Amino acid sequence: MSAPVYNFAYLDEQTKRMIRRAILKAIAIPGYQVPFASREMPMPYGWGTGGVQVTASILGPDDVLKVIDQGSDDTTNAVSIRKFFAKTAGIRTTTRTAEATVIQTRHRIPETALSAQQVLVYQVPIPEPLRFLEPREAETRRMHALADYGVMHVKLYEDIARHGHIATTYAYPVKVDGRYVMDPSPTPKFDNPKMNDCPALQLFGAGREKRIYAIPPYTQVVSLDFEDHPFERYRHDATCALCGSTESFLDEVITDDRGGRMFVCSDTDYCERRRALNGPKETAAGSADRDHV
Amino acid sequence: MYVAVKGGEHAIENAHALLADARRGDRSIPDISLEQITEQLALAVDRVMSEGSLYDRELAALAIKQARGDLIEAIFLLRTFRTTCPRFGASEPLDTASMEVRRRISAIFKDLPGGQVLGPTFDYTHRLLDQGLAERAEVAEPPTAADEKAPMRPVTDLLADDGLIERCAANGGNATVGDLTRDPLAFPAERDVRLQNLARADEGFLLALGYSSQRGFGRTHPFAGEIRFGEVEVEFLAEELGFAVPLGRIAVTECQMVNQFKGSADEAPRFTRGYGLAFGQSERKAMSMALVDRALRARELGEDVTAPAQDEEFVLSHSDNVQATGFVEHLKLPHYVDFQAELGLVRKLRAEFTAAAGGGGPMRDAAE
Repeated sequence: MSAPVYNFAYLDEQTKRMIRRAILKAIAIPGYQVPFASREMPMPYGWGTGGVQVTASILGPDDVLKVIDQGSDDTTNAVSIRKFFAKTAGIRTTTRTAEATVIQTRHRIPETALSAQQVLVYQVPIPEPLRFLEPREAETRRMHALADYGVMHVKLYEDIARHGHIATTYAYPVKVDGRYVMDPSPTPKFDNPKMNDCPALQLFGAGREKRIYAIPPYTQVVSLDFEDHPFERYRHDATCALCGSTESFLDEVITDDRGGRMFVCSDTDYCERRRALNGPKETAAGSADRDHV
Repeated sequence: MYVAVKGGEHAIENAHALLADARRGDRSIPDISLEQITEQLALAVDRVMSEGSLYDRELAALAIKQARGDLIEAIFLLRTFRTTCPRFGASEPLDTASMEVRRRISAIFKDLPGGQVLGPTFDYTHRLLDQGLAERAEVAEPPTAADEKAPMRPVTDLLADDGLIERCAANGGNATVGDLTRDPLAFPAERDVRLQNLARADEGFLLALGYSSQRGFGRTHPFAGEIRFGEVEVEFLAEELGFAVPLGRIAVTECQMVNQFKGSADEAPRFTRGYGLAFGQSERKAMSMALVDRALRARELGEDVTAPAQDEEFVLSHSDNVQATGFVEHLKLPHYVDFQAELGLVRKLRAEFTAAAGGGGPMRDAAE
């Protein structure tokens, strides 16, 4: 039996080269989905294999990696991916946004502003923003080629007609550099404005769907909307029960079975930094038991 | 306290330790060996090799053991190993006509040159639980007969001699075959890539699709022209030598489905083909694959594409069980960020609904 031996950051160099070529093409055509020969990874499809392949292809020995899932460094899948790279690449990992050179994320963009020295790698489940309007890949590729995005505007209009609001709350479609309509991955639309004119390179990897796309630094990213129904961010109308932030995206946590609830920052690093700076916020929020942190 | 997942790292380690414990089970029962799996669970090994796209009985057995008998998990393990292996090229086409046949049946001729060879099969067994197998029991050596060395030309070749069936679409001896593990699938997909996709596809998915075509969702009038199982030699063209060298022998099951075709204004009627091939003895897989292969040729043969089995984007995009299981099971991952965003919207819509209903008047035009 041949005993498996793995390369730095798991992927072989040939594969990394192929992925880097796809990344370069993606950067050259902002928002365009570049097909790539996605590999089977040692974690299941749908669990971040696209992001992991992109990260594996851009990591160098001096990089410092941060991995978040739902904004948190401590969710199980974030822990698993961080350990994977610590093991296969032997690189330094961190939970501090400011310290990281590469940040792999699922469903959030950190609250702390990113710098030009950083790369943000998104895990993407369904890269095609038109997929739920048109299930066929052959057709959606044609629509992108012709910039035929009327169907998306009709969908948003129908939302307004039916609900009075655009009923898309996450994976809210954006137009990149005035050309391609792009799925920002299932981040809450609260995060959309952070993508615009961002100093950091943003890379998107969809492993199962075999697509890579990118937003180069300082690129215009506009959330689709209408003049009379402008794009709106959404956050719970509350303050973080731990750090008192009124700016950050909040998770609602149910604290008992009698309707008790509290709101806390989704971005755990941001929340911890604020508490370290200002001290924890004393609050009577809900009936949360905060004895065993 | 709030992040229940805090300490996730430790929890994961514990979960894995528990998994190892559950995998081993009762320590007083002997550990199962890879040899026991390859010998006594051979069809599970065959399936894992087929859908794992790697012919290695020992690694497949290891994967089955590691996966606690969950075959899709085992297929996944084999795939992730395979994907790290360097790819030197494609072998020469297998010559299944010169197969060392262990089983060969045709459902369209009562007898044919080489005869019907039943081989080891569940067919015609009565599916009654055999209590005798629950105990350790001696199994007698099977009856044998002298090899008649009779050539077994494929039935489809015999039909082709009379022009009754379409020729195999020759891929032109030196045309390169596609490889969807190295190039992403694009639509429309040609038959080489479609067949590769089907060979790796989930047996259950193909079974259901093939079945649906039999029940009228894209009917193809199939006959099992021939099913053969046995060992074939794999040859690889070594550039330096200028000729093909044998790499070894593998066991495969091949199914040639014979299907009806009406012909057209400038073509006399003749039968068409559906093709299936799988590692080891995997007849259900090979037959289902042949049915689906034929159904997917609808576009090429000018048939209306009306049923799921004929729709290549539908079939090829959803056939891979490693992809499917990953995406279905990823719903286990936390989604609270997205859910919170939805929750906020639903609360807002409900508040507006209640306000409008409380106002007594008709709801104002929401589009305002």
